[in-house]
Amino acid sequence: MATRLKPVDVVLVGMGFTGAIMARELAQDGLSIVGLERGGRRDTVPDWQSPAMHDELRYAIRNEMFQNVVTETYTFRNHTGEEALPIRILSSFLPGTDLGGAGVHWNGHTWRFLPSDFRMRSHYTERYGAQSIPHEVTIQDWGVTYDELEPHFDRFEYLCGIGGKAGNLRGQIQAGGNPFEGPRSREYPLPPMDPAYAGALFANATLELGYTPFQIPSANMTRSYTNPEGLSLQACNVCGFCERFGCEHFAKASPQTVILPKVFESPNFELRTNAHVTRVLLDGRGRRATAVLYVDGQGNEIEQPAELVILCAFSLNNVKLMLNSGIGQAYDPATGEGTVGRNYTYQTMSAATVFYPDDININPFMGAGALGTVIDDFNGDNFDHTGLGFVGGGYISANTTGGRPIEYHPTPPGTPRWGLRWKQAVRRHYNHTVGLSAHGSSMPTRGNYLSADPTYRDAYGQPMLRITYDFPENDLRMSRYITDRMTEIARIMGGETVSTAYRATPYSIVPYQTTHNNGGAIMGTDRRTCAVNRYLQSWDVPNVFVQGASAFPENAGYNPTGTVGALAYWSVKAIREQYLKNPGPLVQ
Amino acid sequence: MTELTRRVLLQTGGALGAAVGLSSFAAAQRAGGTASYRFFTPDEAAFIEAAVDRLIPPEPDWPGAREAGVPTYIDQQLAGPYGQGDRLFLGGPIKPGTPQQGYQLGFTPAELYRRALGAILAQTRAAGASFSDAPASQQDEFLTRLEAGEADLAGVPSAVFFETLLANTIEGYFADPAYGGNRDMTSWRMVGFPGVYAAYLGLYTQHGLRYEREPLSMADAQRLHGHGSPAATGASMHR
Repeated sequence: MATRLKPVDVVLVGMGFTGAIMARELAQDGLSIVGLERGGRRDTVPDWQSPAMHDELRYAIRNEMFQNVVTETYTFRNHTGEEALPIRILSSFLPGTDLGGAGVHWNGHTWRFLPSDFRMRSHYTERYGAQSIPHEVTIQDWGVTYDELEPHFDRFEYLCGIGGKAGNLRGQIQAGGNPFEGPRSREYPLPPMDPAYAGALFANATLELGYTPFQIPSANMTRSYTNPEGLSLQACNVCGFCERFGCEHFAKASPQTVILPKVFESPNFELRTNAHVTRVLLDGRGRRATAVLYVDGQGNEIEQPAELVILCAFSLNNVKLMLNSGIGQAYDPATGEGTVGRNYTYQTMSAATVFYPDDININPFMGAGALGTVIDDFNGDNFDHTGLGFVGGGYISANTTGGRPIEYHPTPPGTPRWGLRWKQAVRRHYNHTVGLSAHGSSMPTRGNYLSADPTYRDAYGQPMLRITYDFPENDLRMSRYITDRMTEIARIMGGETVSTAYRATPYSIVPYQTTHNNGGAIMGTDRRTCAVNRYLQSWDVPNVFVQGASAFPENAGYNPTGTVGALAYWSVKAIREQYLKNPGPLVQ
Repeated sequence: MTELTRRVLLQTGGALGAAVGLSSFAAAQRAGGTASYRFFTPDEAAFIEAAVDRLIPPEPDWPGAREAGVPTYIDQQLAGPYGQGDRLFLGGPIKPGTPQQGYQLGFTPAELYRRALGAILAQTRAAGASFSDAPASQQDEFLTRLEAGEADLAGVPSAVFFETLLANTIEGYFADPAYGGNRDMTSWRMVGFPGVYAAYLGLYTQHGLRYEREPLSMADAQRLHGHGSPAATGASMHR
């Protein structure tokens, strides 16, 4: 029997970036708030300090910062004809855990989705006609526009001290930035990172081809910075241990560096770590959340009643909680009915590698998570899609994130996988190679979805989340197109050899690709197709809001965090200004 | 597998009659060192020492995996939390899956090695052969067949064992020396990775810089500077 605690106003499930933003904003209204974090508490000091933090094996290979599958994993199958089996070793994607969530180990690429990305179906229909959208693709509009989100993008970028160059200031195209982006109300808070050698080689080649290279907007500080919360960060020293690591140096925007210290100042906020939420409890009619149920660090089951429940877990875990709690109707791919689990998307990644003569020193270990040079010419609808047979696109970039050698030891095509020739090739090419990547969008289909697994349960006895996914034909066509463009760039970068890794199908959970898992609790204007409304409020249980990339109806060709941050500020503003005054559905 | 073993390891004959080299473990014990395997039996260790040295072979200037301590690394990993599957979900039901569904065996890494090594040793012994004593070319052929093959090693497909061994060998070769491999940071020297040293703000924009610097291990950094970010020590840099 669960121990029932005193009711509070707000329960936050998950204390990563979105949980921290909710806590910070709602605390200002004097509400009593409990933040439940399944993992432990951690901070820059002492947890992320050098030299112990610079341990590739522990953090990048043994997954110290990620969800431990022993406690909680997912099942996976490529299509409904297969039986889903558990992901026994985390590898294709790596959800974070512990205080700060993925906001601790992320790289810091901080993008805004394009204005057309937020009204994707309308945009393609208007520009190319409805027949231009492949039949399999279930894209839709988000119910919120870029213009509505702009102030919230801006706020998140200033919170995080993003280094970049505006490409569009209030409609005026700016040299040095991304000319394709939506209009910004002001410049980035910090200047962009200077290019690494790899980025400079990439920039030269793209200029030759008539493209517009610029530096990736970065949450690795380019100067010392004090954010609007009054919290100070230091300039990144380009250490090469960023992705999958915590920053020792207060130089990467994370919940710990940019917002949590202010959250902890609020006397009406309480953090509970090692609190694993298993269910949101609903009233008898299933129309109102009454409490959340969690298991604490000692294994006690606790019931925390609350007036308002905000799911701030990793996208997949938000959807799992909704399914296991009965918040909304589970999506059924056979009928197309139901919303929770619908439109699960990923990211369509591909790569090219340029192998240089041995007098070209790339120094890949001089890296930072978001140190990269990029073109956006083939993202979204920044290029003419007439006759191409697909929707979407992606950016193409040369990133220098670090040269940690267990994972990074490139060899040219034809090199054996082991033995003397492999060893000699690793030695020859380690410091003389540049990798490019194409970061492609991901379109939803009727058959790619999330559901409760009928067989496998997690350590808390809850049904695992089942992922049914394969790359849609639309995305493979898109990826082939942008990968060909990437290869053209790679070929004129001055190397001796170029190799290209096209996106292979079927999707496999084995090789790491990206932790950009999206959808399953998508936002929009139609309650028949969307789990949450334009303010991220559950259509069915209006005192539940669901933050994060689970709200993306489809995934653009960008990293998600900037848009996740903007949506969080957009949503919490509606909660504060509308919902708290009149609790109930914000959209009828 | 037995057939495979006979063909591969016995075809030149006399392999067993060749001088039997000491394992590095045995050599270390002879030398009065404190090295001790905690997981591997002596026979298992002899296989592992020989096998990793074919995966990453020695060269005159650049030691192979064996001299770099990779067998010790794998041994310590298997004797510790990794070996027990501390981040491996083993809940049932265990069923065979598609390649896209990844690892679906019910074995911890320690169990996987014990089963596969036991099967390999039993089968080679039965065939009157010894992997560790065979010539390099035959060892390579044997490993190639493990890599490609569907041979069953006491419930472990040989390819699964091979991929695990290869991944662990590369880990041990390139991981911080604190884990028992990468002795004297030999792999970092070989490729030019500076290790845990981590301050390139003034350097990364010097494109093409020839950066030559003694690598730094976690232990070095702790000795030199406690918990701070280590400063450059005698780095020599040339354009």
